[in-house]
Amino acid sequence: MEIYLLLIFMIVAAVAALEIKDLISSVIALSAVGLSLSLAFLVLKAPNLAITQLVVELLCLILLIHATIKKDLPLVKDGRWLFNTVSTLAFVAVFLVFIYFALKELPVFGMPIMRVSGEYLDKGFSLTGAANIVTAVALKFRGLDSLGETVVIFVSAIGVLAVMRKVGKIR
Amino acid sequence: MTLIVKTITRLTIGIIFIYGIYITLQGHLGPGGGFAGGVIVALSFIHILLAFGKDVGMRKLTQKKVLFLMSLGAVVFLAAAVFNFTMRHNQEAYTLHAEKFRIFSSLFMPIYDIAVCFMIGTGLYAIFLALALFTAENKE
Amino acid sequence: MEIYLLCLVLFCVGLYGAVRKRNLIKIIIGLVIMEYAVNLFLVLIGYRLQGRAPILASDQQVLNMVDPLVQSMVMTTIVIGLALIMLVVAIAVRIYEKYGTFDITKIRKLRG
Repeated sequence: MEIYLLLIFMIVAAVAALEIKDLISSVIALSAVGLSLSLAFLVLKAPNLAITQLVVELLCLILLIHATIKKDLPLVKDGRWLFNTVSTLAFVAVFLVFIYFALKELPVFGMPIMRVSGEYLDKGFSLTGAANIVTAVALKFRGLDSLGETVVIFVSAIGVLAVMRKVGKIR
Repeated sequence: MTLIVKTITRLTIGIIFIYGIYITLQGHLGPGGGFAGGVIVALSFIHILLAFGKDVGMRKLTQKKVLFLMSLGAVVFLAAAVFNFTMRHNQEAYTLHAEKFRIFSSLFMPIYDIAVCFMIGTGLYAIFLALALFTAENKE
Repeated sequence: MEIYLLCLVLFCVGLYGAVRKRNLIKIIIGLVIMEYAVNLFLVLIGYRLQGRAPILASDQQVLNMVDPLVQSMVMTTIVIGLALIMLVVAIAVRIYEKYGTFDITKIRKLRG
C-alpha cells in the first residue's frame, strides 16, 4: 500500500520538476523524486539499493546545483506550442502501444520467476561465504558485469576531461 | 566559504570518511557494499573541495594520485577475478567455513569490495575534480 | 498490475520532458526521471509478496526471499546512471560557456 502512495508522490514531484520555471527549484523537486525512490526501494525489501540510491542522489543534487547556480538565466520561451505538444504526445502514444503488447508477457506482481536466482539463493552462501546475497551475485557470480561498469566510469571520466579541456592550445 | 562551513566540515569530514570505510568493509554481511561505500568516500573528498576550495582539495589528493589509485583498484579487481576464475573447480577451498557471519568468513569478497570502492570513489572524484577545476580555469 | 501502469506513467512523464522541453537542464531532468522509472520497474518485477530482504542472518532461518539477481543488476545501473549524468552535465556546462544560454534552439548557429 505504501508503494502506491510513494509512486503517486513521485509522479506529482516529477511533473512539478518539469513545469516549474525556476531551475534551482526544479532541481530540488527532482531530488524529491530520487529520495522517495530510495524509500520505495526500502519498502520493496532492497536495503542495498536504498543506501546506494540515497548517496547517488546527494551527489547528483550537488552536481546539478553546481551546474545551475551563479548563471544568469534568460527565460526560455516555448515557440510553436501546438505542433510540439502534438508531436510529443504522438511519440508517447507509439510508446504506449508497444507497452500494451509487452505488458501481457510480464509475470504478475508479487510472483517473480526465480529460475536462476533460486540457484543463487540456495548455493550463494556456501560458495562465497557472504551473507548478503546481492553483493555475492554482483561481485562473484556476475563479476564481469561489475568490471564492465567500472570501465564505463573510466570512459565517462575520459569523456568529461575531453569535453571540459581548454581548447585553443594549438597556436 | 564562510568560517561556519569550514569549521563544521573540519569536524565532520573524518566521520563521513570512516562511515564510508565501514559500509565498504561490511558489504558482504549486511546492506552496503563497494558501490555505496565508494560513493560515500568520494562525497567526503568532494566535501573538502566544496568547503575549502580547489587548492586545499588538490593538496591532499593530487591528480596523479587519483589516477594511480583508480588504476590500482581496477588491476586488483581484475587480478582477483582472474585468479578466482582459474580456480573455479575447487571453489569451496577458498571460503573459510570456520567462523560464519564475520568479516573474514569469506576470502575474496572483502578484496573485491575494497577494489570496487577504490575504483568508484576515485573515479567519481576525478570526474568532479575535472568539472570544478576546468570550469574555474575557463572563466579566467 | 496497476503498479506497473503507475510506473509507466512516471516513465512517460520523463519522456515528455526529454522530448518536449527546450531548456537543457529540463532535458537532463527528464532523462534522470526516465532512469529512475526503469530502475523502479526492474525492482518491482523481482518483488515477492510477503518476501524478505536477501540477507541471511546468523540465528534464524530466512525463507521466502525476494529476487537478488534484479537487485544486483539495478545496483550496477544506478552507478552507471550517475556517470552518465556527470557526462551530460559537463556537456551542458560547456555549451553554456560557449553560447551563454541553455536554450537548445539558439545553439543551432555555428560560432567560431
